[in-house]
Amino acid sequence: MKSENKNTEAILSSANNLRWEIGEHFHDTLMESIYSNASSIAGRSVTLPSEKETTNWEKTVDKILTSPFTGFPIMFLILGVVFWLTIQGANVPSAMIASFLIDTIHPALKSFAAGIGLPFWLAGILIDGAYLAGAWVVSVMLPPMAIFFPLFTLLEDFGYLPRVSFNMDSLYKKVGAHGKQALTMAMGFGCNAAGIIATRVIDSPRERLIAIITNNFSLCNGRWPTQILIATIFIGSAVPAYLAGIVSAAAVVFIAVLGIVFSLLVSWGLSKSALKGEASAFSLELPPYRPPRVLQALYTSLVDRTIFVLWRAVVFAVPAGMVIWLVANVTIGGESIANIFIEWVNPFAFILGMNGVIFLAYVIAIPANEIVIPTVLMLTVMSLGLTGVGAGSGVMFELDSAFATKDILVAGGWTLLTGINLMLFSLLHNPCSTTIYTIYKETKSVKWTIISTILPIIMGLVITFFVTQFWRIISP
Amino acid sequence: MNMNLNNCETCPVHNAGNLKRLGIDMRSFDFVVALAGNPNTGKSTVFNNLTGLKQHTGNWPGKTVTRAEGGFEYSNSKFKLVDLPGTYSLLSTSTDEEVARDFILFGQPDVTVVVVDATRLERNLNLTLQILEITDRVVICLNLIDEAERHQIKIDARMLSKDLGVPVIPATARYNKGMNELINAIFEVATGKFACKPYRIKSNSKDLNYAIEKLSKMLLEEFPALPNVKWVALRLLEGDQSVIDSVRNGELGKIFLIDQNTRVVEQAV
Repeated sequence: MKSENKNTEAILSSANNLRWEIGEHFHDTLMESIYSNASSIAGRSVTLPSEKETTNWEKTVDKILTSPFTGFPIMFLILGVVFWLTIQGANVPSAMIASFLIDTIHPALKSFAAGIGLPFWLAGILIDGAYLAGAWVVSVMLPPMAIFFPLFTLLEDFGYLPRVSFNMDSLYKKVGAHGKQALTMAMGFGCNAAGIIATRVIDSPRERLIAIITNNFSLCNGRWPTQILIATIFIGSAVPAYLAGIVSAAAVVFIAVLGIVFSLLVSWGLSKSALKGEASAFSLELPPYRPPRVLQALYTSLVDRTIFVLWRAVVFAVPAGMVIWLVANVTIGGESIANIFIEWVNPFAFILGMNGVIFLAYVIAIPANEIVIPTVLMLTVMSLGLTGVGAGSGVMFELDSAFATKDILVAGGWTLLTGINLMLFSLLHNPCSTTIYTIYKETKSVKWTIISTILPIIMGLVITFFVTQFWRIISP
Repeated sequence: MNMNLNNCETCPVHNAGNLKRLGIDMRSFDFVVALAGNPNTGKSTVFNNLTGLKQHTGNWPGKTVTRAEGGFEYSNSKFKLVDLPGTYSLLSTSTDEEVARDFILFGQPDVTVVVVDATRLERNLNLTLQILEITDRVVICLNLIDEAERHQIKIDARMLSKDLGVPVIPATARYNKGMNELINAIFEVATGKFACKPYRIKSNSKDLNYAIEKLSKMLLEEFPALPNVKWVALRLLEGDQSVIDSVRNGELGKIFLIDQNTRVVEQAV
């Protein structure tokens, strides 16, 4: 640092004096001259078409997509169709990949390990833990992502997402948040960490914090598979078969919309309490509709998003797989660590309409939400001592169909209520470790990082508690 | 127009072989080029075309919130290209706008390419004029010219270039059109073959003009190397804290004295 310099101080003080002389409207005067200069330059070189010639279909489409009456129904419809296509399309390839990686490769690896005389614990950690966790994540995540991301990218390329923000803007303003939060929320549907980085577009630190804290209420792609699977096996099967696909898709849309509602409620609560203030104005330019470039959208969504997200999931699943194998196989006084924890938490979990298995799964799955379901299945099998399913104790496995998965869960005491609560808890729980780290990097505040982490868990516990109590009162 | 094939072959504009995409290889470079513009005008698409990188692009304003960097080589000169977040103005204070503004001001790029949306030229010119206040060496990429044509908007690029005093290159970056011409214009401005005479904002307010003049004089006495003194004066009048700080601690003077190849862009940004 330089010591104070007379000349620079003189410059600054005369700047202060001049500021008083030119008056408070100076900024407006400046903007006015910029606008009028721009206008006269543009006027000289631009020839606009006569009114008649302008193609007005864009305006018509915009009127429908952003109308107060049709805007939201169309938004839900488009979301619903995207999920329906994802759910319907992902089943078959998922089963194929699973049967290859798990039914063919896994036993081959096991016999190879036995052949070279690997100690049982090493083979267990590496093959039953790490390999199976990675294989499960690939088979469960790759097909839905390979369908969901291209569809989402096409919508983005076409220019639909800014219309969603436009629809949401007035809602966010009403709750005292920034309208651009609608954009970062939409980004969060892909990945919360990405959505939180995107909050940099918000100028006011207050509104930016609100956007960061509430981004977790956007279901990220690590949680879509959980939602889709549980909706398929518990909600889809509660209705006639021909309605199953539509009803499960609707249930997933419902949870996603519920997430938006929570983000609005929490934004409102924060802007009325800890982060008080007025919403600032901003201008959102609706970009023109552009014909999507299908091939490019496929390429970028597959390479930039699908492979990227998948890789991250595998990286986190591998060590988590090892941890699962260890907690299931290391015993204290004849009981595995997993069982001790599950039995300890069970009474509390019962009040919330869930079970100890789910809680343990969420602890293990902090690094990545993607591995919640396989962990749940493995722990259920193990704590029941079921035999003949999967590959034995402490092994993550994929079952051939969603209905086999259901059999396991029902045997573990699961009901429709457990399914609903798991879907709710999957929406309302702590962000994954990457997101928590991103929140810290963006806010540079331990306090706000902790609040963003704890707040959704508390909400999840409260909501599932009330849902469960209500359910037990009304059901015979 | 002379369509003689031989002429085309020798003309550097049509010699795409001159362009070498260097991706993220930026070990040594001769020129720094900044890409600025309003949100959603196709900056990242231009960036990808020139560097061969695959920055995520989307029909979505506010997609780029940080800087992305890449390199390309043309006519034996290496260029470092910096993709800046889209902004409507350099006069406000959100993080993404600060990134763009600080880079153009303190990073002192050799050339700033302003990507403008041909269908919304007037609005885009607001930012362009502000950039022309900060830096002389500017190339305008008049992007989305296909969309403008579809809307029957005609733009006289030569007239615009004459008025703004910098090259104006019509382009459709989505389909890689106009990129060779753009690179050539960047090259000519960077090497000084094209001398820019940038348009400066004319204000009708006498008080304002007087204040700017007075402050500029004082600033030039203290920082003789300052290339964009009028803009710094304006920011001081507005009470911009980061500019006040850089005047107070002398950073403002240092930045413009450091040699081009050794200056540390990161420090300022």
